[in-house]
Amino acid sequence: MAMKLQTVGPGKSPGAAAGSARVHRTRDHSVEIVSDSGEGAQKCGQIFGAVSAKMGNGVWTVEIIPAEVEPPPRSIAGASGIRIRLGDGPVTNWGDETDLVMAFNEQVLLGRHRLNALAPGATILLEDQWATHPDDAVRAQWDAAMEELGEAGYRIIGVPMEEICLTQVENARKGKNMFALGLLTWIFERDVDRVKEQIAHTFRTKPQKVVDKNFALLELGVQWAGENLDFRVEVPTATEVGDLVVMNGNEAIALGAVASGMELAAMYPITPATSVSHHLGEVFERFGGIVHQAEDEIAAAGVAIGASYAGKCAFTITSGPGLALKTEFLGLAVMTETPLVLVDVQRGGPSTGLPTKVEQSDLLAALFGQPGDAPKIVLAPATIEECFHAMITARRLAEIFRTVVIVLSDANLATGVAPFPRPEAREAWQAGPPDQSAVPEQGRPYDWDPRTGLSDRFIPGRPGGMHTVTGLAHDERSKVAYDSASNQRASEMRSRKLAAFQSTLLPPEINGADSGDLLIVGWGSTRGAIEEAVERCRGEGLAVSSLHLTFLSPLEPGLTEIFKRFRKVMTVEINYSDRADAPFVTSENRRRGQLSWLLRATTLVDVDCWTRVLGEPLRPSAIARAIRENLPGGAP
Amino acid sequence: MSGSCSVFHLAQEEDDRHFEMGDYEGPVARWCSGCGDHSVLTAVRRLLADEQLQPENTVFVSGIGCSSRFPHYLSTYGFHGIHGRALPLSTGVKLSRPELRVFVVMGDGDCVSIGAAHWIHAIRYNVDMVALLLDNNIYGLTKKQTSPTTPQGYSTNTQPRGSYLPAMNPLEATLGVTNASFVAQTAEWVPAHLFATLKAAYRHRGFSFVRILQRCPHFTADMYGEAVKNPGMVELLVHDQGIVAPEIDAMFEHKRPHDPSDLDEARALAEDMNQIRLGLFFRDESHPRYEETRSLPHHTAADKIRILEEEFDRYAV
Ligand SMILES: Cc1ncc(C[n+]2csc(CCOP(=O)(O)OP(=O)(O)O)c2C)c(N)n1
Ligand code: SF4
Ligand SMILES: [Mg+2]
Repeated sequence: MAMKLQTVGPGKSPGAAAGSARVHRTRDHSVEIVSDSGEGAQKCGQIFGAVSAKMGNGVWTVEIIPAEVEPPPRSIAGASGIRIRLGDGPVTNWGDETDLVMAFNEQVLLGRHRLNALAPGATILLEDQWATHPDDAVRAQWDAAMEELGEAGYRIIGVPMEEICLTQVENARKGKNMFALGLLTWIFERDVDRVKEQIAHTFRTKPQKVVDKNFALLELGVQWAGENLDFRVEVPTATEVGDLVVMNGNEAIALGAVASGMELAAMYPITPATSVSHHLGEVFERFGGIVHQAEDEIAAAGVAIGASYAGKCAFTITSGPGLALKTEFLGLAVMTETPLVLVDVQRGGPSTGLPTKVEQSDLLAALFGQPGDAPKIVLAPATIEECFHAMITARRLAEIFRTVVIVLSDANLATGVAPFPRPEAREAWQAGPPDQSAVPEQGRPYDWDPRTGLSDRFIPGRPGGMHTVTGLAHDERSKVAYDSASNQRASEMRSRKLAAFQSTLLPPEINGADSGDLLIVGWGSTRGAIEEAVERCRGEGLAVSSLHLTFLSPLEPGLTEIFKRFRKVMTVEINYSDRADAPFVTSENRRRGQLSWLLRATTLVDVDCWTRVLGEPLRPSAIARAIRENLPGGAP
Repeated sequence: MSGSCSVFHLAQEEDDRHFEMGDYEGPVARWCSGCGDHSVLTAVRRLLADEQLQPENTVFVSGIGCSSRFPHYLSTYGFHGIHGRALPLSTGVKLSRPELRVFVVMGDGDCVSIGAAHWIHAIRYNVDMVALLLDNNIYGLTKKQTSPTTPQGYSTNTQPRGSYLPAMNPLEATLGVTNASFVAQTAEWVPAHLFATLKAAYRHRGFSFVRILQRCPHFTADMYGEAVKNPGMVELLVHDQGIVAPEIDAMFEHKRPHDPSDLDEARALAEDMNQIRLGLFFRDESHPRYEETRSLPHHTAADKIRILEEEFDRYAV
């Protein structure tokens, strides 16, 4: 059955008038704005998200990015836009499906529909000019799309976006986003002045007449919605809104790097890591920092190591393919015990993989990617706020432990935007100036404390400390040493640092009861979705808990003991694993999720895994289903 | 020395110490006897003493190869890195601590083969450092494999029937890169010329690229044998702005006046591989140095916090 479009408009209204609209109250609501790329859907969503956060909603926004820079208009694969999830409390992930959609054409809408992004019964506000477009081919596409969408039971409301926007702007492609913002403003009863404030802030570098045009379009949207729509949505807001900042994970990494006092970022452009350098490129010089775009990722690692060696801890930013290239240099930093922070914003792999999409597939490469034994610290922020603090922690650990610290972020955190409490920057977060004190007599450049493996670093400029660091096996004096005892000892000392560091960590906290039927273990950006799923399942009476690891190397302590209190332990990850029941797959040859490999090896517990590589963040509903299916003995 | 700013002025600070060549001496060098690397090491020590460089503020960075052992045999700071990657490391050192004096030592495999991308880009960055290419036309450490500078037809362990390709010309390549600022060639068996070249390279503000023709008696004893015995085979580039080494005037009959500011002539001279030429091919100090272009005023921790608060304001809701 073909979908019948509800055509509303002045005089044709289905009976709605401002005030008489039905109000849908909900604690959790997701909206998407989808368009061709270049139509400004993302800007619309960002403004709406920021205003909602200011008004006291929990907010998570995530951009919908097509693979090409400029896909052809009106194409299914070209859907570009943004999802905004609102909640009455903190929102930690992108959720499941979208309840309300603003679509600028039916093809991009179809694109979202085919990705199962829309909830059954979702409401869709759709630009309707295409239905009567002079081009036969466009009308035919429209009819076919309506046919396909008709099956899904959406409520589709036609909106004459083009027609109305043309009263204000010559090119409606440049105005629909603000009109759509007006619709959202009315539907969610957002404060119009606050929206205008945010518009003015967003376009602060543009001439005033651009801002005024946007105000006019916004008002037209509000007006049209008031005259034509018969529903509103109310997501309760918190009354107390503390000092918040709103940003994405890459912006948080950039600011965290600044707050840590690091002054050199060496990088080579690669999605989805590059925007860290864009943000830094904008602000870093104000702090006395340099973003060095090197000739390749290898050089970027080398420049960062050279800078660290000279006394100022530096960092390099990359994604999977770049991590592969930096491998040899990471080994050198480990061997010479030169501090280095490496940020890997993970994307789909292997090879060029899914450049814009999330995956957590670099964990084992981060831990074990170097030939030879190269112990280093690996940590993974789980939230956007943690992206900020991870950089400060990473810099300190790199210097204290004289080693490489890898920060594993991912495309989900990189593009997700959420508010978090405004950090209070501290001087103690920053690195001090390079130590230039004279080295004590008889001092040795690797005077390893036999218990901890730690040693004082002799950086250039320190009188009396002259020595040559080398990637060759060496002794305490940094002299090349090929003898067995020296190599055994130096390897021990480099490794000991991790054990010593682990002894300072606390066991992870458990979300839920500390024993039960099933324990879900996750790491990185999946935390919000996992905890939401676990809460839902606990609400259904299932004895499931979860635990989230920040440190992957060394692992946080106490895991074996915690795991033993659950009948089953299972990781949930965004990386590939064989299905246990797939042809030829046995429990011996099964290739597992990366964290589960690690946990099985370290705890000797039979840790199962549930992983997916769908090129999107995990949905809480999918995790909840996996929990029910994997509960030992089945769900009650 | 006190306060955070002093580190930026260390090299200029008055120093009442006096350094002799011996003060730069490290452990006994383990190159083969007769290896040209020994001569380079001696000349470098002489330069360090001549320039009174403070050992603690001098850094030698190298890659991997026989020649890259160089820093181990000095008593300055040193970073013996990985094969082909000395230049990124040294660039990082200079970007973070421009006041340090940095020298880079590379072999021909190191620089011209595996490190080629970094070499080309280092010329363009034009960071103030001295880069020495110890060119023995062979892979020494790994035992006689073909290098990009191995002459065509020369037999090696990987190409026993002779190397198939014409040799690459590092001078020509360097002179072809935007921002080339100091390009010279010398030979380790002409110590006076070697020293004068090192001195000019050190004095040059910018990326000084010096190709040093280096004998490897162990694997390519025949390579420069003739030229060593017969200075008549060598042509010296002479100019009062070039490498000035009066001690060797009498030794070389073939001299060619060449103005090192003439890039076209420099390229033409470099291109011609039939003639060994020693001297300064090109110098241009007008190119900006990358570390200076990127240099920024220093901020205290408190300054940074103030600016950070302004940044947070931008993200505040
Ligand atoms: C990544 C990597 N590839 C290969 C090697 C092996 N290797 C060590 S030195 C060298 C070549 C040395 O030749 P050159 O750079 O000309 O220096 P020389 O020994 O002649 O001074 C090679 C191939 C290595 N150490 N690292
Ligand atoms: S092999 Fe050649 S380059 Fe290496 S140390 Fe011996 S003579 Fe020198
Ligand atoms: Mg060589």
